[in-house]
Amino acid sequence: MTEELKAAVPAKFPVERFDAIVVGAGPAGNAAAYTLAKAGLAVLLLERGEYPGSKNVQGAILYSDALERIIPNFRDSAPLERHIVEQRFWLLDERTSLTSAQYRSEAFNKPPYNRYTIIRARFDKWFAQKVEEAGALLICETTVTGLLRDNAGRVIGVRTERENGDIYADVVVLADGVNSLVPSRAGLRPEIKANDMALAVKEVLFLPKEMIEQRFNIHGNEGSVTEIAGGITHGMLGTGFIYTNKDSLAIGIGCILKDMKKHRITPCDLLEGLKNHPMVKPLIAGSEMKEYSAHMIPEGGYNSLPQLYGDGWMIVGDSAGFVNSVHREGSNLAMTTGRIAAEIIIGLKAAGKPMNAANLAAYKETLDSSFVMADLKKYKDVTRLFESNPHYLNSYPAFISGAIRDFLTVDGQSKAQKQHKIFQGLRQRRSLWGILGDAYKFWRTFK
Amino acid sequence: MMNAKTPETKRTDADTPLPFPSVNVEEKLFQNRYRVDTGRPHIRIVDTSICDKCGLKPCTVCCPAGCWQIEHGKVEVVTDGCLECGTCRIVCDLKNVDWNYPRGGFGILFKFG
Ligand SMILES: Cc1cc2nc3c(=O)[nH]c(=O)nc-3n(C[C@H](O)[C@H](O)[C@H](O)COP(=O)(O)OP(=O)(O)OC[C@H]3O[C@@H](n4cnc5c(N)ncnc54)[C@H](O)[C@@H]3O)c2cc1C
Ligand code: SF4
Ligand code: SF4
Repeated sequence: MTEELKAAVPAKFPVERFDAIVVGAGPAGNAAAYTLAKAGLAVLLLERGEYPGSKNVQGAILYSDALERIIPNFRDSAPLERHIVEQRFWLLDERTSLTSAQYRSEAFNKPPYNRYTIIRARFDKWFAQKVEEAGALLICETTVTGLLRDNAGRVIGVRTERENGDIYADVVVLADGVNSLVPSRAGLRPEIKANDMALAVKEVLFLPKEMIEQRFNIHGNEGSVTEIAGGITHGMLGTGFIYTNKDSLAIGIGCILKDMKKHRITPCDLLEGLKNHPMVKPLIAGSEMKEYSAHMIPEGGYNSLPQLYGDGWMIVGDSAGFVNSVHREGSNLAMTTGRIAAEIIIGLKAAGKPMNAANLAAYKETLDSSFVMADLKKYKDVTRLFESNPHYLNSYPAFISGAIRDFLTVDGQSKAQKQHKIFQGLRQRRSLWGILGDAYKFWRTFK
Repeated sequence: MMNAKTPETKRTDADTPLPFPSVNVEEKLFQNRYRVDTGRPHIRIVDTSICDKCGLKPCTVCCPAGCWQIEHGKVEVVTDGCLECGTCRIVCDLKNVDWNYPRGGFGILFKFG
């Protein structure tokens, strides 16, 4: 270890060897380090950013349950924006129209609230501070460049970019996020692929609080979520969103990279298309853009999960690909997998058992019997379904929009004529067997 | 499959996609905070002659920050505005992108994220 690193380590830590090193201070790494430190283990949390959160991007919806299981009273101190009382699903065509479903409930308006909007740069900083308070050592501005191994190939620590920056531990928890160079380069997981990855671009638009409340029909700390699909992605597999923060809006759009390569639309233009859609434009009019960000989302799901543990290492959160793209859940799976990994380590440590693959297998077993794997399994074929059936994204949204437009247009045609015309319109886009087959495949995949 | 023989499906004006509003990504990046590691770009092209042979040059389309440009027929990358998303690494089928994280503390500094 460098003198610089040594100086940063308070006396209570065994400088030569930690019980655990956690790579990355996102939700997964923070959850793991917090749980480990609370149990009294000597934990080092390494983060490459100037502060935790400075490299991280999310929509962002926080699901309370996952955090409650780690910090039950998080609401007392966490930087939360608004609690969600309303969810809108929008189907936007490329140019003019909007088909919408809306769900709002007063049940969502009673504490303890179950979902909040958050601003990740603030949230991650807060979480990491809790980790430090729990007794872990956090070192920022330090990029992990590789893993240290003994002669038998067991992982025994990490190499950082700092001079003499090798640090040893009984186990290394890899929580380095979607762009997980450390485990890929160490050969612990295969490289990620363009058909498993979405790229999302996002802007933070500032707008006076009162205007946000008027435009989204919310009051006080209430917030709303708008998820958007349809022609705005120009037939690519992807979705957009508009989330309400206290005094800003988060707007973004993400598509599978394999499609983006083919369609030759830049992410920046895609977002501009969404912002300029006539249904979106008035909601964001007059706002001030204060940040433009981009981040990948691992969407391969269950079928793309890598090996999750080995001798001296475990992989958690986005780094392993724990994202439920259908329900837009990622941070909660990151926190849950981080917590469960930590609990397994704590158990082994208490029993005096080594952190080898045979013992760490309990991590995967615990996940297998949790909602994490159950949910990922349920939707395991969704990405493939859309990948091999692009008409779900091309024909149907445009058809639905056109059909409703025809139905609502009063023009002297009888209603029966209209219905016939609408059905003919669908038949032109797709054969009857095609439609039935689509409905079946759709049902099989989402049931 | 879509029926190829479909007689003229009436396309109303409302069905035609809007032309893309043209935006300058640099104006957007201007709002961001960076700590640039001058003289130490974290992304490099391994072999420029491979780019010459690359058909679609997806890096030049998919980069959200417009870091990849074709200048005088040659693909170039300038990482100052990089958002560290990793996309260029993933879309390059020819594995011609040498991609590393910037040194700790350098690069993009999200205020909100
Ligand atoms: C636009 C967008 C919207 C989203 N919306 C939602 C949502 O509404 N709700 C939801 O639950 N999820 C959402 N997600 C997904 C969610 O953001 C992720 O699943 C979650 O952030 C994963 O957490 P993580 O800790 O695994 O990874 P990250 O949050 O990416 O954290 C990884 C950390 O590791 C650090 N790091 C990486 N490499 C190194 C290294 N070599 N050395 C040191 N440090 C390193 C990084 O700097 C970072 O701090 C969204 C994602 C995007 C992109
Ligand atoms: S995709 Fe790769 S090979 Fe092709 S132009 Fe870009 S960097 Fe070069
Ligand atoms: S990492 Fe992302 S932002 Fe940076 S150059 Fe590559 S594609 Fe562009």
